[in-house]
Amino acid sequence: MIDALSSLFIVAGLGFYLAGSIGLLRLPDLYSRLHALTKADNLGLGLLTAGLALHAQELLIALKLILIWLAVLAASAASAHLIAQHVRRRETSS
Amino acid sequence: MNTTALLALDALLVFSLLSLAVAALATHDARRSVILFMAFGLVLAVAWGRLMAPDVALAEAAIGAGLSGALLLAAVHEQPRRALSGDSRPGHNRAHSSFKVALEWAVTLLCVAVAGVLAWALAAAFDRTPKDVLAQAVSDNLAASGVSNPVTAVLLNFRAYDTLLELAVLLTAVLGIMAMGPERRGYRAAGPVFDGLVGWLVPVLILMAGYLLWVGAHAPGGAFQAGATLAAAGVVLRLAGQRSAGLPPWRLLHLTVAAGVVMFLAVGLSLLALGRPFLGYPPAWAGALILLIETAAMLAIAATLVLAFLGGRPAESHLNFSKEKRQC
Repeated sequence: MIDALSSLFIVAGLGFYLAGSIGLLRLPDLYSRLHALTKADNLGLGLLTAGLALHAQELLIALKLILIWLAVLAASAASAHLIAQHVRRRETSS
Repeated sequence: MNTTALLALDALLVFSLLSLAVAALATHDARRSVILFMAFGLVLAVAWGRLMAPDVALAEAAIGAGLSGALLLAAVHEQPRRALSGDSRPGHNRAHSSFKVALEWAVTLLCVAVAGVLAWALAAAFDRTPKDVLAQAVSDNLAASGVSNPVTAVLLNFRAYDTLLELAVLLTAVLGIMAMGPERRGYRAAGPVFDGLVGWLVPVLILMAGYLLWVGAHAPGGAFQAGATLAAAGVVLRLAGQRSAGLPPWRLLHLTVAAGVVMFLAVGLSLLALGRPFLGYPPAWAGALILLIETAAMLAIAATLVLAFLGGRPAESHLNFSKEKRQC
């Protein structure tokens, strides 16, 4: 049961990663590429950590995995914002 | 996990390492090259993890990818024109460019020769000493080292001399940085989003540095990884517009930078005075002494790396906390 659930999470997470990577390669401009990358990858990583946390031997390891996810969430949200802001500033100033 | 899957993972790692290395070297855009180098460092950290060397993986991720990347990006930022002018006008000066090509080839051949000699030396070394002898010697004496992590035991006890000299090299680097002149231009104050991130990221990084320092005694971690993490907090502060980058006031900064070497020498010389060999810790005290030295070393390493990021002598007035508070 747990195995099936964990596999489902992981496969779904990989699906999001794939979608995000395709978006990064195919979408026309920087803003939508950023959007595809950060949104899809954050969700993909969340599903991946959920799938791995189900397999964790101890509660502490599961908590650490979730902590990693939260750190990545904050970092990728902030860096996506910074990159977009930088590009926006450059566009408006020129 | 079955071996085929692991083999596939290893092949993938090797392939991405090689292609990232080629891509980083082949691109003419310095900034892109640096970013590819950082990605290379992260993949390399994963490769070290696969080789069951978590200590090296941590150091590679923190120093090789993170801090070196920040240093290189800052350097590229400083010299955008010079980096671009090289290839924006190709063939602008034929004699000059052919000289450049010859120089590039010479450097490449030299690198290949050096790599060949090193590989030959390594192969010879592996042939001569059965590779278990050293590992066996370490694990035989681990109980007397004061720590249970063999890497820390080697770095801070069995080969403490080497680490002392490494810290002396870092101190020399600081002298070089101070001699480079005033620090680089600071960054403008961060917007609310980045400020929000910095507000919780810096405390978490400081906490993590303390954890890495403490855990180094019995698991992967230690002064270098902890110092790099602490330095990352300083770099983040600097990027967010804090001129001081978390460095202590001027007088304290001198002490902090020298702390690693000073603490090492203090411990070593006191042991000499007590009739023991230099840095030959008594087993009962070894754990505490190692922690003491590592704490000082962590602070020194962090300050050194932050100074390297500043790229010069920090202005004295910026290292004053109370003044900065008032400005904000």
